[in-house]
Amino acid sequence: VGLDPERLHFSWISSSEAGKFAEVATEVIEEVRKVGPIAKLVKGSAEVV
Amino acid sequence: MIEYGDTIRKIAKKILEEKKVDLIIGYKKGTLPLMTEPVLIRDAEKADQLHWDSFCNMNLANYLPKREEKIGIIAKGCDSRNIAVHIVENQIKREQLYIVGVPCKGMIDRRKIISFVDGKEVREVIESGGDIIVKGAGFEHTLKKSDYLQDNCITCMHKNPVIHDAIAGDLVEERKDPDSYDDVKEIEGMGSEEKWKFFSNLIKNCTRCYACRNACPLCYCPTCFVDESDPQWVGKSIDPTDTMTFHILRAYHCAGRCTDCGACQQACPVDINVRLFTRKLNKDVLDLYNHEAGLSVEERPPLDTFRPDDYDKFIR
Repeated sequence: VGLDPERLHFSWISSSEAGKFAEVATEVIEEVRKVGPIAKLVKGSAEVV
Repeated sequence: MIEYGDTIRKIAKKILEEKKVDLIIGYKKGTLPLMTEPVLIRDAEKADQLHWDSFCNMNLANYLPKREEKIGIIAKGCDSRNIAVHIVENQIKREQLYIVGVPCKGMIDRRKIISFVDGKEVREVIESGGDIIVKGAGFEHTLKKSDYLQDNCITCMHKNPVIHDAIAGDLVEERKDPDSYDDVKEIEGMGSEEKWKFFSNLIKNCTRCYACRNACPLCYCPTCFVDESDPQWVGKSIDPTDTMTFHILRAYHCAGRCTDCGACQQACPVDINVRLFTRKLNKDVLDLYNHEAGLSVEERPPLDTFRPDDYDKFIR
């Protein structure tokens, strides 16, 4: 539907894999940081008609 | 197609009289032409109310989840697949059901007729064979039914019911060449920005009435995520962000389960082709897992199974 592919990540992490979770989360953050602030699906204030 | 009516009424009467079922879920003639209504019948004498024509486009599987009675239900090909989905998802038991299958020759899209008559009031529709006669004040047209079918009926591969206990007519020939998904491929060819614009434009008239959700047999959660207030997953306004969130999530909840029955699109009061969201998922599930929803009551749907040795690298 046109979501930025860089912002969408999938992984399979068990509740016992704390290390892996931290690793994947850091990776995701780095990727998302690279693409900068989001423009889609940001809710501004309501339009006044 | 219209000729199925007598058989349906006969079967319905018989199974109610023999107490094989407590009630029948079927269609009755609508108060307006081009429309039918769902009806629940418990009394054999009222079985005459049951009606069949090419406007029985609602998916009656919608009325099954969590019912306790023995139920007779009228089912076209797509409806029978949704009944199978309900059975697989434990929403109803096979033993509870007496399925009156209808070999479907396609449903008529009332909007195509309304647009043909330029929005003039249609007062009567008569079906005979492959023709439909549309009458109104000062006009009468004989149209070929095949030119006015719902889009999903044109590409339908499963016209005959996949499960049934009785059948309302001879089986019809199935379409041989698979759905080309040209509409989906066109969108797949767009870039991320273009897709976003396309879908934002597609849903710009959405009033968030949730008719698409309500018409869909797959949407049976006791509380839908859009109605939750604590936490509130999505705002209640028609802010484009909220509307897009609703449409994306509605579609994803149907992944690997949708039979493309078209009930959502037909229910939309502002004529949004919401199937464009779900069809992409249907295509993906077919390409990736070679699965079409509701063809069997034994097979688990692809999204509720997994393999520890999955070769895809995102699971690492």
